[in-house]
Amino acid sequence: MNIHEYQAKEILRKYGVAVPGGKVAFSAAEAEQAAKELGGNVFVVKAQIHAGGRGKGGGVKIAKSPAEARELAEKMLGMKLVTHQTGPEGKEVRKVLIEKGIDIARELYLGIVLDRSVSKLVIMASTEGGVEIEKVAAQTPEKIFKEYVEPEIGMQPFQARRLAFKLGLSGDQIKNATQFILALYKAFVDSDASLAEINPLVVTKAGEVLALDAKIGFDDNALYRHKDIAGMRDVHEEDPLEVEAHKHDLNYIKLDGNVGCMVNGAGLAMATMDIIKLAGGMPANFLDVGGGANVDTVRNGFHILLSDPHVKAVLVNIFGGIVRCDRVAKGIIEAAQSIEIKAPMVIRLEGTNAEEAAVLLKESGMNFEVANSLEDAAKKVVSLIR
Amino acid sequence: MSVIVDENSKIVVQGITGKEGAFHTNQMIEYGSKVVAGVTPGKGGQKFEEKVPIFNTVKDAVDATGANVSVVFVPPSFAADAVYEAADAGVETVVCITEGIPAKDMLKVYHFLKKKGTRMVGPNCPGVISPGKCKVGIMPAFIHKEGSVGVISRSGTLTYEAVHQLTQIGLGQSTCIGIGGDPVIGTRFIDALELFKNDKQTEAVVLIGEIGGTAEEEAAAWVKQYFNKPVVAFIAGQTAPPGKRMGHAGAIISGGKGTAAEKMKALKDAGIAVCESPAVIGQTVKKVLGK
Repeated sequence: MNIHEYQAKEILRKYGVAVPGGKVAFSAAEAEQAAKELGGNVFVVKAQIHAGGRGKGGGVKIAKSPAEARELAEKMLGMKLVTHQTGPEGKEVRKVLIEKGIDIARELYLGIVLDRSVSKLVIMASTEGGVEIEKVAAQTPEKIFKEYVEPEIGMQPFQARRLAFKLGLSGDQIKNATQFILALYKAFVDSDASLAEINPLVVTKAGEVLALDAKIGFDDNALYRHKDIAGMRDVHEEDPLEVEAHKHDLNYIKLDGNVGCMVNGAGLAMATMDIIKLAGGMPANFLDVGGGANVDTVRNGFHILLSDPHVKAVLVNIFGGIVRCDRVAKGIIEAAQSIEIKAPMVIRLEGTNAEEAAVLLKESGMNFEVANSLEDAAKKVVSLIR
Repeated sequence: MSVIVDENSKIVVQGITGKEGAFHTNQMIEYGSKVVAGVTPGKGGQKFEEKVPIFNTVKDAVDATGANVSVVFVPPSFAADAVYEAADAGVETVVCITEGIPAKDMLKVYHFLKKKGTRMVGPNCPGVISPGKCKVGIMPAFIHKEGSVGVISRSGTLTYEAVHQLTQIGLGQSTCIGIGGDPVIGTRFIDALELFKNDKQTEAVVLIGEIGGTAEEEAAAWVKQYFNKPVVAFIAGQTAPPGKRMGHAGAIISGGKGTAAEKMKALKDAGIAVCESPAVIGQTVKKVLGK
């Protein structure tokens, strides 16, 4: 799960990670009030959407007074902000973060991720702040410094210090950066984060070390023990169909094609998308109805994938193991009777009781085309949209 | 031979009285697996459906029955504890079926088990089956057939699809290992390949990967250097968008890394037969085996 920058900074502040003074505003008036409360004569107005590259898209502006902060917020709120991560349609700005301006001396990078190849957390720091870390890794990997965390003892102060020295910091900056890194690590671990990126991490002219931007992602599997964080979810940042699917415990992801698919199991669902493309079509979605695939999940699944107006044909691919194909077939027939399905449908049921299932589908008198293999299914469904 | 589990595996089921645990215990027994014990704290002394003795702790179960393989069916918030308990009680292998365990918990489990010398398969996996000998997990047994192809996979139903193709074409399996779809797993592709390398029954290996992480790339490099049997691979998620978690916790392209294209290239460069389509896994194995 992802959250907004202002929410990430709230969490960091709680853990003693230094962040600029700031307040979130949902209206232009609130923006002005926030600036007044913060005090000073330079403010930054930052659009809050779940996407990077906001600055280039016009989502980060400098104001010289609370009145100007109000004007900028007025323009920003409600606009569709387009960045390289939002897609051409952009994302609507519904809130802005008002922050005090900072005298920046240096821009650095700090990140924490799980390195899956060694099953350890790794803290990454770089002198190249404000640039995408993937670019730095590709072009100047020598500018990225790493410290691996031993799970038994956690991040140690010497490791944080080592990073601070490698970043070329000196004097009080070392102490500030060490404190910053250790606090960030604690915030990360305590909140079951899956990713934290401080980009840029800034050193001010006064020697403070601050998070100018902050991005935190969380492990969905751990949200059950962080109700406060789960409550930070902003459904406006998600596709409405994905939000709806989530309510029914379905794994649905909307894609750009026009062949809707419903599959049991995530790996098989991806493989089904892949074979649709190989057959010359494009999948409209990823939908994993789970190992069980009962009548309810099938009905909810159809309802969601057919809500996508781009869907011109549907492929159902179920590999029955413990779940019997004839039961799934009954579920499909029942679901098809209770909701209107205009798009033609190809069904492939394999595994336990597959033959009985095929008979049921054929005898249902409904507009199903039964496929006898994965390849056959993909070819048939693609031929329907041609 | 075969790997990880065989006719000598004595299984203890952790969470035997839960819905999933109970159902799959019966399925395993039906297949002929030796389920010697179950564990449900507080139900020690009872019997599971008059067949299997239940113990309060894994230690009690191991002491009384000599169980050497544990299979974990407990809910995600208790699963890490269950795996620790199994390792502490001295079982050789823990197969963790549970999906949805926080990565932070598994990080600690992973390193604890390495030190103990306990093998973990999973979590978030269908388990392990050595057809004709032993099934420890939730896979449908009937699609399998004893033979010479080893299968390693991050997925569940996609593995069944591949196994089904193999069996239909007349190729049996030595052992099928569902290594799991999470970012932190106990047995990685390379660990499983090492086992198959030394297994006389295994003549070829099917490797089923998916987007996310770099385990397939690491496996490709290892195969090129150390593995002397033919390998056939399929990577799911060629059409998956970046930044989206595709069902499995570990299936996500992040920061442009972990794409199917990169993995397929690495595997091809290592001389591995990479299937573009999931429909041709069986026939590709047949081809590489010259059958």
